[in-house]
Amino acid sequence: MSKWVWKGLRTGKKSSHYPDAPETAAGVSPGMPLTETGALPLEFCPFPVGEIEGSPDESKTDIRDCVHCFRCVRSSSDRVKWQEGYEWASEKDADAKGHSRQLGASFSHSLNIRMIDAGACGACISEVKQIAKPCYSIHRLGFFITPTPRHADVLLVVGPVTDNMVFPLKKAYEAMPTPKVVVAAGTCALTGGLFGPGFACGAGVSDFIPVDVEVPGCPPPPLAIIHALLVAVGRKPPFSGQKPSISERKAL
Amino acid sequence: MRSQIERIAPGSETFICNGLPVTFVDCAPDELQNVCERLTAELGYRFATLVVEEAHCDWQLGYIFCGGHDLQGGLVRVSLKASGARPIIPSISAIVHAADWHEREAEDLFGLVFEGHPKLGDFVLHEHTPEGINPMRSDFDPAAELPSEDICPWRPGRIVQTPGAFAMPIGPVYSDFAESAHFLLETVGEDVIRVIPRFFYKYRGLEKLAEGRRVEDVLLLAERFSGTSAFAHSLAFCQAVESICEAKLPARAPALRTFFAELERFRYHVGVIADICGSTALAVATSQAAILEEELLRLCCKYAGHRYLFGLNIPGGLSLNVEDEACRVLTGEVGSIAKRLVDLMEMLRFSSSFLDRLEQVGAIAKKDATDYGLVGPIARASGVVRDLRIALPYAAYGKDSLSFSAPGEEEGDGYARLRVFFNEAMQSVEIMRQIAESLPPGEVRVPRFDIKGGVSLGWAEAPCGAAFHWIRVRNDGRVARYRVTPPSFTNWHGFHLAAENFAFQDFPIIMATFGLSNAECDR
Repeated sequence: MSKWVWKGLRTGKKSSHYPDAPETAAGVSPGMPLTETGALPLEFCPFPVGEIEGSPDESKTDIRDCVHCFRCVRSSSDRVKWQEGYEWASEKDADAKGHSRQLGASFSHSLNIRMIDAGACGACISEVKQIAKPCYSIHRLGFFITPTPRHADVLLVVGPVTDNMVFPLKKAYEAMPTPKVVVAAGTCALTGGLFGPGFACGAGVSDFIPVDVEVPGCPPPPLAIIHALLVAVGRKPPFSGQKPSISERKAL
Repeated sequence: MRSQIERIAPGSETFICNGLPVTFVDCAPDELQNVCERLTAELGYRFATLVVEEAHCDWQLGYIFCGGHDLQGGLVRVSLKASGARPIIPSISAIVHAADWHEREAEDLFGLVFEGHPKLGDFVLHEHTPEGINPMRSDFDPAAELPSEDICPWRPGRIVQTPGAFAMPIGPVYSDFAESAHFLLETVGEDVIRVIPRFFYKYRGLEKLAEGRRVEDVLLLAERFSGTSAFAHSLAFCQAVESICEAKLPARAPALRTFFAELERFRYHVGVIADICGSTALAVATSQAAILEEELLRLCCKYAGHRYLFGLNIPGGLSLNVEDEACRVLTGEVGSIAKRLVDLMEMLRFSSSFLDRLEQVGAIAKKDATDYGLVGPIARASGVVRDLRIALPYAAYGKDSLSFSAPGEEEGDGYARLRVFFNEAMQSVEIMRQIAESLPPGEVRVPRFDIKGGVSLGWAEAPCGAAFHWIRVRNDGRVARYRVTPPSFTNWHGFHLAAENFAFQDFPIIMATFGLSNAECDR
């Protein structure tokens, strides 16, 4: 078996340096259409989805609804700015909660995470898988994936919460010890995305359990998920909706 | 072949559509079983999908078959008409076992009664949804909330009754990153006697959501119901729409689509190889394969804008023209990743602890694979070498300039599946190389795409097997009915064959060697 040891050693370090330094490799994030305020006003999304004949226009207007269809940038519309970056996580109801977080400082470098698949398409799950793999390796941050919610501090929920997953989701949430934090990752988990709300899906995780941190994206790239976890423990500021600073932009 | 079908079903009509024979057979209910049996047993057709359409209690059922013995038979649609609130349809699943789950699904979602089917009832909608709720019917409002009943948790109908027997539940929330699904393993200690799978935890009602939406919005659904094989599914969908609208694509579009479909297959298979290594707890190999997977995801994003190739396929071509030079560079980078994959496989081939967990574990016999109509790498590992890229060529696959074959194995065990995944991945790189060398110049989309009404079937060989997308578009450009038969749905049906009679600790490994997606199955 020593050949595997050598193989591992020869490969060397592959992990990203984020959050100590911004990740500059190409292809770590698909980027997002953003305006200066972070919101995507109605007139900026020329291709709202979810419109069903006979029902009022459910035009998607928020950055939380962006499903990366690329129709805005690849069509004739030149009003949309496409921005790189991946620090998209924000605190849900930040105003109401102020800056206090449920998890204290003792969790900031020791965090156990349980993922729940509440009906995700597989892309989100694939991205969450990557955070524990060598290229991102959350273990270097003191974050770990745990197989059971009973050992978890963070519940990382992906998917719009399908009807059949409501019961398992609530049960997993109740099984967690306090203090606990819920991170909703991906457009589906935030708003129901393309699938919800409807007869088989909810309109996101917050309809069923309280959500603390949200990260948009379809799917959110691994670094955005890591940013969400860092926001959950207060090691990174949440997405402010501001343009990246000049130095950050250079790095990007 | 045409005369043979004529002999089985007099009055059938055959058309040639895009060089492919398509036969329509109108069938009375009492002839259905006979026609289906002779199509599959005598002419070697295989069941592809069951399409149910309902409008105000008028029913149309389409049993679609494809292939034929020499793969020259094209497609056959056996149509059946019925009327009434709950019509009784003869079940064909005793004859064509591949139709088993299709009938269960149609019974659950439409309220059709399949006479003679041994197991109907809760399938897609779980037990907390009252009986008699049929969301796929035209009178069901997709915005309405499903009624829910408070009842005791699910129990299987019967469990094994021998001394020392017990049932071990797994899921829906289990393991590190597993997708939601439930398996009840019945055992008397070590060997799993019976596997009772329970899917559709992730049922999002894709087919119902598509109804009444614009074609370009349904494309987003087709792309995102299974994110890890998004390109293959959006390709099948776009081909169906283009066939309705009789769009003539510039030659560069099918070539580039083939190129990216193979890139996606390569990435998917590398991911499956990483999962197989992970299931056997071979940490270094898992990491190595995961690094390759991440590098491929980054390449997808760098050259096509999105890590899972979302937003690339559009009806009428591609939304992005990737330059010849970029394709060549991309092929070169993928080629160097493939070299490292070869090194990894070479090491795996000589790791006895790894091979012990895969060899002769989770074997599926060729006959079982045929009876269950298994598709993709799993079927090919059991000696059923069928591939839509060859059987029903689409995009650039039928071109003479493109030479490739579907790799197959005979043993049907976990190691055979691993080898098929590996060989297919290498084949994908080869196809990409061939295409990058001879990309036709020009545009990648039609200048103007007008949506017309009509019916069509689109298909693609997704990474885990044959995917069929059947669509009916109304004249106003909105979708009337959309039916998806993903490969995972077909293959999970046969999963118990592999897992039964093997030890408990083999279960996660067998599951990893299947490499299926629950999101794709559940829709």
